[in-house]
Amino acid sequence: MRIEVDLDLCQGHAMCELEAPDVFSVPRKGKVTVTDPAPPESERAAVQAAVAYCPTQAIRLVDD
Amino acid sequence: MKVLAEPQLVSGRDSAADGHLGELRRDPIALMRRVRAECGDVGRFDLAGRPVVLLSGAQANEYFFRAPDEDLDQAQAYPFMKPIFGEGVVFDASPERRREALHNQALRGDMMRGHAATIADEVGGMVAGWGDHGEIDLLDWFAELTIYTSSACLIGRKFRDQLDRRFAELYHDLERGTDALAFVDPYAPIESFRRRDEARAGLVALVGEIMAGRAAGPPPRREDRDLLDVLISVRDPDGTPTFGADEVTGMFISMMFAGHHTSSGTAAWTLIELLRHPGQMAAVVAELDELYGGGAEISLQALRAIPRLEGAVKEALRLHPPLILLLRMATRELDVQGYRVPAGALLGATPAISNRIPEDFPDPDAFDPARYAEPRQEDLINRWTWIPFGAGRHRCVGANFAMIQLKAIFSVLLREWTFELAQPPDTYRNDHSKMVVQLARPCLVRYRRRDAGPS
Repeated sequence: MRIEVDLDLCQGHAMCELEAPDVFSVPRKGKVTVTDPAPPESERAAVQAAVAYCPTQAIRLVDD
Repeated sequence: MKVLAEPQLVSGRDSAADGHLGELRRDPIALMRRVRAECGDVGRFDLAGRPVVLLSGAQANEYFFRAPDEDLDQAQAYPFMKPIFGEGVVFDASPERRREALHNQALRGDMMRGHAATIADEVGGMVAGWGDHGEIDLLDWFAELTIYTSSACLIGRKFRDQLDRRFAELYHDLERGTDALAFVDPYAPIESFRRRDEARAGLVALVGEIMAGRAAGPPPRREDRDLLDVLISVRDPDGTPTFGADEVTGMFISMMFAGHHTSSGTAAWTLIELLRHPGQMAAVVAELDELYGGGAEISLQALRAIPRLEGAVKEALRLHPPLILLLRMATRELDVQGYRVPAGALLGATPAISNRIPEDFPDPDAFDPARYAEPRQEDLINRWTWIPFGAGRHRCVGANFAMIQLKAIFSVLLREWTFELAQPPDTYRNDHSKMVVQLARPCLVRYRRRDAGPS
């Protein structure tokens, strides 16, 4: 599992950080940082929720 | 060098001087539909001598929504907003300053739970005086509600509690002051502009009274301060207050503007469409009863999926987008899909037309909330044509807040009340005579308390 973000689209809502705090971090004024770009399988549900609840659809979960 | 084509001019100019301005003020959707029909994805109309290149379809829209501010400028594209916001606010500021201001902390995800609870309380306050049955004007009712919710969530409950209907009525006159004639002269001597300027002065007076009242009282404790207290406390080096009532009012007007008529109209259209489609209404009510029957809290549930209700809201947004024409000004000559857009031209994308492209949205005029269920997911699949919130770089920063707000509103309304149309279903329509689209009157519905027996 790998995570891609489109920083053109990120608006810093930090919904992903709420859903998957071990994978995403969003500063008070700024865009998302993926703190764990290849998270363990145990994070899958949280990452899927982050993808689903991202208001700008800036996150993709990729299985290579 | 690549030779660029000129975008084709759509038919139907009123005169060489006015171009399509008259039609834009009367029936903008007919004009924009004709542009797509005659010219395709890239066409052109004429705004009193100024070209407007109108885009639709996924490819052209993607160009529009991905373009950097340095190529496509928003500030100069919306001349009707400056008299509303005032000097030095939002569209009068630089792109860097605007990017900064848009990072409104109140819209961060961790604030949303509190907002959902606030919104549910505000709906509760508005229905408290309803009795067992009665009739409401949807435009009045939702416009007042969303004044309270947006002021409470974005500025603070303390400020909201100092507002009443007067603020909502003045705010409505501001929104009505968005005639497209502003593209020619934002201060033209017409009735709606005169009322706009009076309304802004009236809002400054109301906010000035509130500020004077706070200045006369004891200083608030740090934890009780709202945004207004913070703004009042800012001082210049010589000790004089930095922000007067005019500037504070301008900031508040601009903070509330994008979320007000948009949420108000979408709430009204969601209700109208559900009442036009009783089967869909029954499914949404059953969904809410099941979720909340198990004891769910609105503050939590409004942040989670409520699929049928969300589908209904998304269809209301697709069919009746609150903004029908999004505009930018080209800062230099641009190549848009092989067409030449000269510096100074306006470039437009149109939710009203793109949202109904039949190739992307089968049976495009039908209200069909099932479009959003897996695997169809027509909003996600058509990310450049399902554009009620715009898309890309400038996608509405309040979209998430808006959806949570609508879920909270209907979680209260549909669990405690039933509604019925008070006029023939096809008589509900939007008034497109202003750039800010509002429901046209009459727009009445009747309500009845759900546990009340027949009268």
